[in-house]
Amino acid sequence: MERVAVTAQPGLDARRLRADFPIFEQSIHGQPLAYLDSANSSQKPRQVLETMLRFYETSYANVHRAVYELGVRSDAAYDGAREKVRRFVNADPGEIVFTRNATEGLNLVAYAWGLDNLGPGDLVLVTELEHHSNFVPWQYIAGRTGAEFAAIPIDEHGELRLDALDELESRGQVKLVACGLVSNSLGTVNPVEHLAAWAHERGAVMVVDAAQAAPHRPLDVQALGCDFLAFTGHKMCGPSGIGVLWGRRELLERMSPFELGGEMIRKVTVERTTWNDVPHKFEAGTPPIAQAVGLGAAIDYLTEVGLEAVERHEAELTAYAWGRLSEVPGLTLYGPPPERRAGIVSFNLDGVHPHDVAQVVDAGGVAVRAGHHCNQPLMTSLGVDATTRASFYLYTLPEEIDRLIEGLQRARKLFS
Amino acid sequence: MSELDSLYREVILDHYKNPRGHGVIAEPDAEAEGQNPLCGDEVSIAVEFEGDTIADVKFQGRGCAISQAATSMLMDMVKGRTAGEVASMSRDELLEEVGIPLTPVRLKCALLGLGVLKVALHKGKGTPLPEEWAGLDELELK
Repeated sequence: MERVAVTAQPGLDARRLRADFPIFEQSIHGQPLAYLDSANSSQKPRQVLETMLRFYETSYANVHRAVYELGVRSDAAYDGAREKVRRFVNADPGEIVFTRNATEGLNLVAYAWGLDNLGPGDLVLVTELEHHSNFVPWQYIAGRTGAEFAAIPIDEHGELRLDALDELESRGQVKLVACGLVSNSLGTVNPVEHLAAWAHERGAVMVVDAAQAAPHRPLDVQALGCDFLAFTGHKMCGPSGIGVLWGRRELLERMSPFELGGEMIRKVTVERTTWNDVPHKFEAGTPPIAQAVGLGAAIDYLTEVGLEAVERHEAELTAYAWGRLSEVPGLTLYGPPPERRAGIVSFNLDGVHPHDVAQVVDAGGVAVRAGHHCNQPLMTSLGVDATTRASFYLYTLPEEIDRLIEGLQRARKLFS
Repeated sequence: MSELDSLYREVILDHYKNPRGHGVIAEPDAEAEGQNPLCGDEVSIAVEFEGDTIADVKFQGRGCAISQAATSMLMDMVKGRTAGEVASMSRDELLEEVGIPLTPVRLKCALLGLGVLKVALHKGKGTPLPEEWAGLDELELK
């Protein structure tokens, strides 16, 4: 497809960026790898891999306890990564907690805030779009504390039905609203600012799952107006095993700890233990040190490419994919139109199970996800068991979408 | 033959599109159902006995071609055999019949029906759940 540049905004050269990702140097089933599963986990640029290797080779020691030179270097690298994250989301100092992943960040809030602040008569609101990681912890903690639990429904476009809030509110005192910024199945971009304002008018706390947003668009926790926000490193060019929880300092300070042990204490005696300052109060044990350094390098990489450029690149790919997929007979697309979604498309092909679709397109070197995407309540709402999902990133090329379409045609023929 | 053609060989697609033993038994002697939580494959199986012999067996399900075709093949394989024989049937016997190369993920799809059938036999005739199916606790032995 021919494209003509019509804006003066800085673009993104996906073909050039691909050279940063060693994974694309191989072929899969004799074809170049078309990796359309970045919503699941992204690939890693050489800059991140080399930073981690160099850190291990020259600067590694445990953090916040060694007085020798390596300890100083390790502290500087680990705390330096925290500072990069802080700037990345426009947070205040002391508000960035390193976790294992987004799931751990959301569990941390559910346990450490939820157990102390929820009870009978209270209402915990999630949405039908939530990933299980921002659904199940709230359902569980609501159950443990006797609070009501409900999910904001979606409309036929896979967008939140805000008109349902009035009815939902009658079920209890709204204490917590948990919502993803971008749906991992449908790519729906949720009105988080609106929900945060609505929650705050009722004295409730707003939790945002930004796992599918942080890698793909500029993020500003002040502008979103939420109270907690979680994301993960492995979806944004960083390693697995490192995630981030941002929380408003006054909330973090008032909260009980989550995990207990070393690093998170101030003083331990047989009689009692007092807690370290935030964020260390929430980082018990030796943290994922090199992984944090890798996340810092990923943030440097994304910042250099430019999140605005990433977002625009993915918007173009999404519009292109939407058009091409719409031409495939017997294909159903789910969710909002391309102009109201991020770079994720979910679909089904009549008479072919998503697993078989994924297997057939894999034979052409195209990697897509098939299944319920940790979104079972959403699948129920859509009336399907599973979908096939293609997701895009800064290294995705339009011809990879063409190869997906070829694979889909092949699946249709095979199962006709 | 390409990798894809050997995976989706004609007999698999035939069983997927025209499943054998698909349906319900009005008054079954034993029933079980199970899911493959990773991909959402679902199979339920009903059995009618004459003594210890499987007089009739039917399945219903939703899922990928591999899970549904393998279960369809299984229905052909077990009718007329005793509960004890089928309870001790090895997974290799079914996989030989399925006859396609399977990755570990797809292996779970292919073996779902056999696991569910063994749960049904266990419920109907008290046959043992072999050790390799210990994971069937996840099926909640419905």
